[in-house]
Amino acid sequence: MDLVATVLLVEDDPSVREGLGLALRRQGHEVRAAGTGEEGVERLRESRPDIVVLDIMLPGIDGFETCRRMRAHAEVPIIMLTARGDDFDVVAGLEAGADDYVVKPVEPRVLEARIRAVLRRTVAEPSSVERHGSLVIDRAGLQVLKNDAKVALTPTELKLLLELSRTPGRVLTRQQILEAVWEHDYLGDSRLVDACVQRLRAKIEDVPSDPGHIHTVRGFGYRFGPR
Amino acid sequence: MRSLLRGLRPRLMAAFLLLTVLGAVGAAGASYATARTLLLEDAQDGFMNPLVADVREYAPRRLAVPPAQQDLDDFATYLRGSAVVLYEGMRSRNGPDPSFVPAEMREMLKTSRTTLWQRRTDLTDPYVVVGIPLLRPDGSPTGVEVWALQYLRGPQTAIDSFSTAAWVGVSLVLPLALGLALFTARGVLRPVRRLGAAARALGSGRLDTRVDERGSDELADLARTFNRAAEQLEASQAASRRFVADVSHELRTPLTAMNAVTAVLDEDADTLPPDTAVAARLVSAETRKLTRLVNDLMEISRFDEGRNLLELDDWDIGTAVRDTLAARGWSKSVEASLPEGVVARVDRRRLDVIVANLVGNALKHGGVPVRVTVRPGVVEVADHGPGISPEALPHIFDRFYKADTARSRSEGSGLGLAIAWENARLHGGTIEAANAPSGGAVFTLRLPSSP
Repeated sequence: MDLVATVLLVEDDPSVREGLGLALRRQGHEVRAAGTGEEGVERLRESRPDIVVLDIMLPGIDGFETCRRMRAHAEVPIIMLTARGDDFDVVAGLEAGADDYVVKPVEPRVLEARIRAVLRRTVAEPSSVERHGSLVIDRAGLQVLKNDAKVALTPTELKLLLELSRTPGRVLTRQQILEAVWEHDYLGDSRLVDACVQRLRAKIEDVPSDPGHIHTVRGFGYRFGPR
Repeated sequence: MRSLLRGLRPRLMAAFLLLTVLGAVGAAGASYATARTLLLEDAQDGFMNPLVADVREYAPRRLAVPPAQQDLDDFATYLRGSAVVLYEGMRSRNGPDPSFVPAEMREMLKTSRTTLWQRRTDLTDPYVVVGIPLLRPDGSPTGVEVWALQYLRGPQTAIDSFSTAAWVGVSLVLPLALGLALFTARGVLRPVRRLGAAARALGSGRLDTRVDERGSDELADLARTFNRAAEQLEASQAASRRFVADVSHELRTPLTAMNAVTAVLDEDADTLPPDTAVAARLVSAETRKLTRLVNDLMEISRFDEGRNLLELDDWDIGTAVRDTLAARGWSKSVEASLPEGVVARVDRRRLDVIVANLVGNALKHGGVPVRVTVRPGVVEVADHGPGISPEALPHIFDRFYKADTARSRSEGSGLGLAIAWENARLHGGTIEAANAPSGGAVFTLRLPSSP
């Protein structure tokens, strides 16, 4: 898969927009830019980008709300630009549905690495179809069915599920998951894993608060499989 | 002794005791003296007045002058034998033995026109000696003398018991006074001590220190003044920290824009005219430094505002340190003793910040070889440089502190060690800076043992 993508950049500051746009184009990406959250949601519908880079501090609807509205339309990966690096911002952004985040002032290399990691997330594997109770995971078709209905997963959610279900019954630490799914080094933020597991449970579990597939192993990580 | 009396408490107690003793002794003494006089005079008068009256009643009409032996005897009988009557060498046959009369009184009475008396204590019990001269109608002495003696045993017993009572009273009041002194001293000293402790706390940087300001006395006023001062200090510190946070925050957006294009500048510098290339590389490098500085300032601000949270997990410390060194390309330049199996509950990202700052500092300012050692609960970073000067040692974790004043600008942000220290503190741990006996600086990170 070619890792050159169409990037939708939602950022209100013209200089940052221009600077980041220039850097992204240099990497070969095609860049669509929007100055507000509303414009960003509009652009998402028209241009179907491969990835969204979304600033949190926006005039009008903020980044969190923009993220929620985008999630309602599409499973596109979203990378948040947090201006403060505040824990509150990070958690709120992940809850709103962001796949990853970078802290301003952004190192272009870091942003590029995150974009590539997100884009690499969905690679089809020549593998058979697995059935786990009411859940069907099709590794070749990159599809997940629950009670024979297709579950709409974001690339990150899908990759997380594929990673967890690859070794049923084995406990994966947050760190292992971070490295495998987010391609973060050891400095990664394990809250990314927790937030994504919550979203995944909401989509594939019958009762998300009493999961039947993805189990929390306190102090270690997560385990996929029957109780 | 001087130092014993220097404290407010002993001084207060000594003053209280002295005052009590003086007051009690003064009051008891004064009333003792008054009571004694009154009692003795009363007893004396009770004895003397009837005697004098009897003498005045009898003598002018019935006593012949000069008297015969019989006259003296009759007179003494009239006085019921309580007195002895003397005339020249004669004495009445009844009445007490006149040997009790002191010679000098006898001499004085010869020329006296009034009754003489003297209280004496030369016997076991105090007594009073009374001498009454008999006078002719023209006032000249007849030579007849009436002498009497009265023991004052009763009044003396009363006086004695009174003085005993006074001493008992004083000795009872003394412990009370001592207790009162202690109580008062505590009432005064406790707020003073608390204020002292609070002032020390304030001085050591805990600006949220406040003291109890209940009450309406001068000490409560002082406490209120202290609290107002502390509030103002805290507010001004918060304002200056807020300012730093706001400035850093405002710098982030332009820095993000600049940072985004530094890579472009670097890549294209080779194709630019030489001067422009130098300028481009300079702008690019300085932008990255500025970014680090602003990031560090933001991090410090988050510590100041208590917004940094710990994300604790069990980590193998040796492995974590090895990863930190590897990620920064230091594996070859640092000697590491990193046993596996030393597990601690830490925030992995913050541990990385601490170790990276300590090792980075050692590589920059210390001398090679830099040595990192992991032991249970301890990460030690030692260098073989000149060590830290004694003047610099207490300030080594201060923000923007430069041990080497010759360096106008440090290569880092100047906040690295301060951030490392804050991160250690957030863990409930400490970092100590010291000089090794063999030379070189040693930074020791101590982590609390896992709960």
